[in-house]
Amino acid sequence: MNPVNYLYLAAVLFTIGAAGVLIRRNAIVVFMCVELMLNACNLAFVTFSRLHGNLDGQIIAFFTMVVAAAEVVIGLAIIVSVFRTRHSASVDDASLLKL
Amino acid sequence: MSHAAFVHSLWTMSADAPRKIPAPQIEYAQLSPTLIVLGAACLGILAEAFLPRRLRYPVQVLLTAVGLAAGFAAVVALAAGGYGTGKAHVAAMGAIAVDGPALFLQGTILLVALIAVFTFAERRLDPVAHGRAVDSFAAQGAAVPGGEAEQEAVKAGFTTTEVFPILLFAVGGMLIFPAANDLLTLFIALEVFSLPLYVLCALARRQRLLSQEAAVKYFLLGAFSSAFLLFGIALLYGYAGTVTYAGIADVVNGTVRTVDPALASTTGNDALLLIGGALVLVGLLFKVGAVPFHMWTPDVYQGAPTPVTGFMAAATKVAAFGALLRLLYVVLPGLRWDWRPVMWGVAIVTMVVGAVVAVTQTDVKRLLAYSSIAHAGFILAGVIAVSPDGVSSVLFYLAAYSFVTLGAFAVVTLVRDAGGEATQLAKWAGLGRRSPMVAAVFAVFLLAFAGIPLTSGFTGKFAVFKAAAQGGAVPLVVVGVLSSAVAAFFYIRVIVLMFFNEPQAEGPSVAVPSVFTSAAIAVGVAVTVVLGLAPQYFLDLAGKAGVFVR
Repeated sequence: MNPVNYLYLAAVLFTIGAAGVLIRRNAIVVFMCVELMLNACNLAFVTFSRLHGNLDGQIIAFFTMVVAAAEVVIGLAIIVSVFRTRHSASVDDASLLKL
Repeated sequence: MSHAAFVHSLWTMSADAPRKIPAPQIEYAQLSPTLIVLGAACLGILAEAFLPRRLRYPVQVLLTAVGLAAGFAAVVALAAGGYGTGKAHVAAMGAIAVDGPALFLQGTILLVALIAVFTFAERRLDPVAHGRAVDSFAAQGAAVPGGEAEQEAVKAGFTTTEVFPILLFAVGGMLIFPAANDLLTLFIALEVFSLPLYVLCALARRQRLLSQEAAVKYFLLGAFSSAFLLFGIALLYGYAGTVTYAGIADVVNGTVRTVDPALASTTGNDALLLIGGALVLVGLLFKVGAVPFHMWTPDVYQGAPTPVTGFMAAATKVAAFGALLRLLYVVLPGLRWDWRPVMWGVAIVTMVVGAVVAVTQTDVKRLLAYSSIAHAGFILAGVIAVSPDGVSSVLFYLAAYSFVTLGAFAVVTLVRDAGGEATQLAKWAGLGRRSPMVAAVFAVFLLAFAGIPLTSGFTGKFAVFKAAAQGGAVPLVVVGVLSSAVAAFFYIRVIVLMFFNEPQAEGPSVAVPSVFTSAAIAVGVAVTVVLGLAPQYFLDLAGKAGVFVR
């Protein structure tokens, strides 16, 4: 199969993730959509790595996974602490900080 | 070798003896500022784990201050050794640049962080709780606000001394960010300084709901923007087949002619370059706080603990503008006819929105947040100049602006009422009559923000606008001066409020700070005045530092 198709898939996944961040209301789901975007990036990296025939892209994919894991740690810690305070993970409820 | 065969050779091994992989060559001495700071951060984590509770605070403050000072000494040593000018080169196998802008910005970040540590360490402003002096940070970050666990933690005298190593990790990332010389290092540095900042935002002692909400917003939007940055990096990698700045710049400039026909759809494909470059710019402009990616700024600045806000507002901006400059000047100069119009638009919108929306603010921290957005616009005007003067004017502006910001937020921590910091502007009425000293100091910072002559703000703005005008961006300068006038209106309004209004009966009082915050504010005032009265030495320094290595 033409590897360029994987790039289209990556772009579609990235768009789905971005749309999810904008549309969904639960902070956990929003965060999962961000992770989907990061994984779409990984797919693009690996595909370009295959196309170019060098390994940079695959190495970067590993770095991205580590970063995504670190982000999960920080993000879940913050979201869970907010959930325990408010008993809600909706991003709409977080509206104390307004003009 | 055909394309397919070449790719195939990645997965299969030839019968020849396996090649030896050469060990990477790392110039540890030239990376010493970053390594010292990150090493101090690791020591801080160990101190947190093994020292008894009462020893942690003094040890952490000392360790952090010494680590940052040692890092600054290392930067000065490198600059004195000529790494900022003649010996500038790319270290660590092409990952990190050691050149003038990098060293200048690293020095600025380290000094700013050193002063921020003083505001972090302040323990005399909050009323004594259960016989113990407390700082601006939550007794226990994980405890539910107002819950039993929190009350017990406060009673037991817990403090979050982890903020010091967290600060150091953030500083470590910020030191790499403007020096990153490939896109992977750029992304990792971005995450290394962002993740600690998300945590710091959530740790306020007072108004913890606001603080947690600020952290959630900052985290979700920050992660969203870094995903854009990463996708942009992926596309640029697809475009050039490499992530090093020099390699991408070569493909952009068309100096690479040996394009494999099998790669015709990717290498040199302008769609990949334009979309990828735009996405990377989105990620960086988010960190800079430029319109239309500024939405997080007021909320996060208001909700985060004020010492953290001061640090974040000053140091993040320095690091992010450094990375933006390097990207635009080293990677994409061949594309400047495409990115300059876009950055023109962003700069104009940023200046105007920042200045106009700030007029309507009723909270000091939000006011300073919108002012920081307007300042991001002014700095972008210098970025657009695309000349060595532009670079050095931006460097000078960043140094001047960061100390003013830090000092202004340090003053905000002093004005208090029963509920903690009194950040509502209405409560600041008549402050000049009650505490003329504090109000006068804040007035100096506001005048510097407004760009009144004899302060560092004027020198910085003049340098930036001059460079922009020489770069052919006269309309931009006109918009900049007009929005400076709008901005001056609300800065002066605060001064009028402080000095010419009657104090309220139930108004806030000014807490007497310890030597830490006093020192931070004194340094802020000193830098503001010195850079305003005698800027020549520092302008020369920034001028000498204004050349990027490739």
